[in-house]
Amino acid sequence: MSDIGFVRQDFLEQSPPPASSVGPIKWVKDNLFSSPVNSALTLVSIGFIALVLLEILPWLIDSSWAPAEMSLSGCRAEATGACFAVINERFYQFLFGFYPSELYARPTLAFLGLLLALWPILFENAPRKLLWFSAVYPVLAYFLIWGGTIWGPLLVLAGPAIGWAVSTHGEEKVTGVIGEAFGPLVTLILSVLSVILWFLFLVAPIDGLLSAILPIGVEAVASDKLGGFMLSLIIGVVGIAASLPIGVALALGRQSDLFIVRSLCVGFIESMRGVPLITLLFVASTLLAYFLPPGTTFDLILRVCIMVTFFASAYMAEVIRGGIAALPKGQYEAGDAMGLTYWQSMQLIILPQALKISIPNIVSTFIGLFKDTTLVIVIGLLDPLGLSTAIRADANWNGIVWELYGFIAVFFFIFCFGMSRYAAYLERKLKTDHR
Amino acid sequence: MSIAQEAPPAESFKLSQLIYDTRYRSLTIQVFALFAFMLAVGWLVNNTISNLAALGKDFSFAFLWEPAGYDINQRLIDYDSRSPHARAAMVGILNTLLLALVGCITATIVGVLAGVARLSKNWIVAKIMTVYVEVFRNVPTLLWIILFVALVNEVLPSPREFRGVETGAFVFTNRGVYFPEALFSRSMGDLSIAGLFNISIDFLLILGVVIIGLFVSGRIGAWADQQQAATGDRPQVIWYRLGVVFLPLILLLLILGFHLGYPELKGFNFQGGTYVRDSFLGMWIALSLYTGAFIAENVRAGIMAVSKGQTEAAFALGIRPNNTMSLVILPQALRVIVPPLISQYLNLTKNTSLAIAVGYMDATGTLGGITLNQTGREMETLLLLMAFYLIISLSISFVMNVYNERVKLKER
Repeated sequence: MSDIGFVRQDFLEQSPPPASSVGPIKWVKDNLFSSPVNSALTLVSIGFIALVLLEILPWLIDSSWAPAEMSLSGCRAEATGACFAVINERFYQFLFGFYPSELYARPTLAFLGLLLALWPILFENAPRKLLWFSAVYPVLAYFLIWGGTIWGPLLVLAGPAIGWAVSTHGEEKVTGVIGEAFGPLVTLILSVLSVILWFLFLVAPIDGLLSAILPIGVEAVASDKLGGFMLSLIIGVVGIAASLPIGVALALGRQSDLFIVRSLCVGFIESMRGVPLITLLFVASTLLAYFLPPGTTFDLILRVCIMVTFFASAYMAEVIRGGIAALPKGQYEAGDAMGLTYWQSMQLIILPQALKISIPNIVSTFIGLFKDTTLVIVIGLLDPLGLSTAIRADANWNGIVWELYGFIAVFFFIFCFGMSRYAAYLERKLKTDHR
Repeated sequence: MSIAQEAPPAESFKLSQLIYDTRYRSLTIQVFALFAFMLAVGWLVNNTISNLAALGKDFSFAFLWEPAGYDINQRLIDYDSRSPHARAAMVGILNTLLLALVGCITATIVGVLAGVARLSKNWIVAKIMTVYVEVFRNVPTLLWIILFVALVNEVLPSPREFRGVETGAFVFTNRGVYFPEALFSRSMGDLSIAGLFNISIDFLLILGVVIIGLFVSGRIGAWADQQQAATGDRPQVIWYRLGVVFLPLILLLLILGFHLGYPELKGFNFQGGTYVRDSFLGMWIALSLYTGAFIAENVRAGIMAVSKGQTEAAFALGIRPNNTMSLVILPQALRVIVPPLISQYLNLTKNTSLAIAVGYMDATGTLGGITLNQTGREMETLLLLMAFYLIISLSISFVMNVYNERVKLKER
């Protein structure tokens, strides 16, 4: 019966795939030499990279950091490559501008504090109690960098405390006098008014008085001493921190049904977005003084911060509006159907989703703002670029280009690229759809 | 037994309804907002008036007609230091527009190439483009501008070094680039427009011939399309189309006696030829590369936004790859690409104002720079300057809205 000669009873061992379709060889074939055009492009690219590296590596390796004579000619005498002696000599100037050198510890401390204050905001696993530190941090940083007596910062901190005290302790009394209908509203108005009055009329005289009586504090540093990366960070951080809430408010205003509120918001946003930041900086340096009561003078850096914040918040508003507009109408209707008020539905339903989908664009705006801090050189502030112009005008360093600008570019690149990486991380973390 | 007709309860109006009744609340809020806004504006205007009065200044634009008294190194229309401030501003505005125009063109080319290359299947090309995009996006524009102007100044040789050297048509010096200019031996002269500025008749003629040629060429193309639609065969018209553009143009150039004027070293500098200043060149390169990096990202996002199914569907219908690109992919990708592209143009135009940092005399440099400093009229000059940029931005966003409306997906 069995005329079958041979039946294989067991499986053959799997033979390995041919060498050309696995591992690095396949990868190279697929990604670099898949067609004649691709091969040519690859060769050209490799040639380009080689050219760049051959130019840069010897330049980096044969660099001089501390020549005998600190000048460009001193560098050239010792090495043919880069002259990093300029960075070596002016390093602290790049960091702090003309800040008094014996006080460098203070801005350094402020910077470390910034990291600590950002930790609970950026990462969820940080201790939540640190948020209190983040809330107090702006005043602390101001005190550390500008110095002066301790009373001004303390009085500023007292402002929100006064508002809180009025709103919590005043409510019963006010309601008792006016009645249920207007009680809460009047309390709210009273607390806001008391804070405004406190800042407008009381802080300055009390500060002056206390400072005269009890001059407790540290050495004050004038604004024109500030510069370098410290200045970029101050303007950038203030602008970023302030522009987000203002931007949200403007975006809500622009999307609201109230005609007058909407027109005001549109007017503000469009006029801010329509002009270059430089013109706004000119306004900060020359015009802002005209708009305030005669005799008011305040710090140029503060004025710049205000205009940069306005500018950035207009962009922020458009970004967030895009996020709000991208939500399906059903979300609003669901909020209404649940009987939520406008603020509740915004806070619980609309904004969390809108902010989430606009994270990439919000961070792009932050990056843009941080890069735009360099524009302050046109009104004479000494940020790193302003310092580099001054250094290039110095006879010792005349003719130096790549070392200076490369150094500044690396600084900005680290911060901006870091921000965009953080945004990517946040996007991944908040991603809830299952695709 | 009858049910008494009860009158509906009378509408009683309580003051608290202004806040707690949604029918009236929005009105209350708006009236309050308007009131607060007018109060704020009134306060600002009042402050401004009293501040101006304290300084003994008035608010008038009469200074625009006084002689400017300063020179501008790059001008597209006639200008000298006796010309009024208004004309200086005009020169600056034209410089801004020129830089913005050439910048937008090159940035688009750079951006499209880089964006497509970043999607390339070739790993190394894609990586190089990624590095380009990330490096340029994450470093300030101003740094690029100053760097490129500094490079032009430091790396290129000075005109002096060309002494005794045979220079070609293009001369790259640290003061800028010289290249041949178009000259006409039988020129038709200049046409004065409203006494404001002169424009060369030769240029107008050439422009007219080119436009008419392009129009006729377009008609021939339309006729070929019609033939193709009617008979299924497309007549070969490419040579006619090229001919109607180029033959009249060449003829006109011959009639006008067209020849090139080469730059020559005379004294310490080159004479003749057209000259692109160092600051213009540096800004042009910097803005093109910087904005190009952003445009590359837009292009990439636009192409990726068109789903692969579209290509496959087109192939399934038997449409050829070329036509698939032009008829199926591009129209859909452009809908995503064009709006951010236009806002990049807007950004580039606004970034030209950084020219003031490198001494290129654009609108910010003339009106917001020297004129402001000479006349001391911060309020008026800055208002004019902001109005200028605002007009440009608003007209660009108007164009963008029209485009968006046209390409919008028509739903239900």
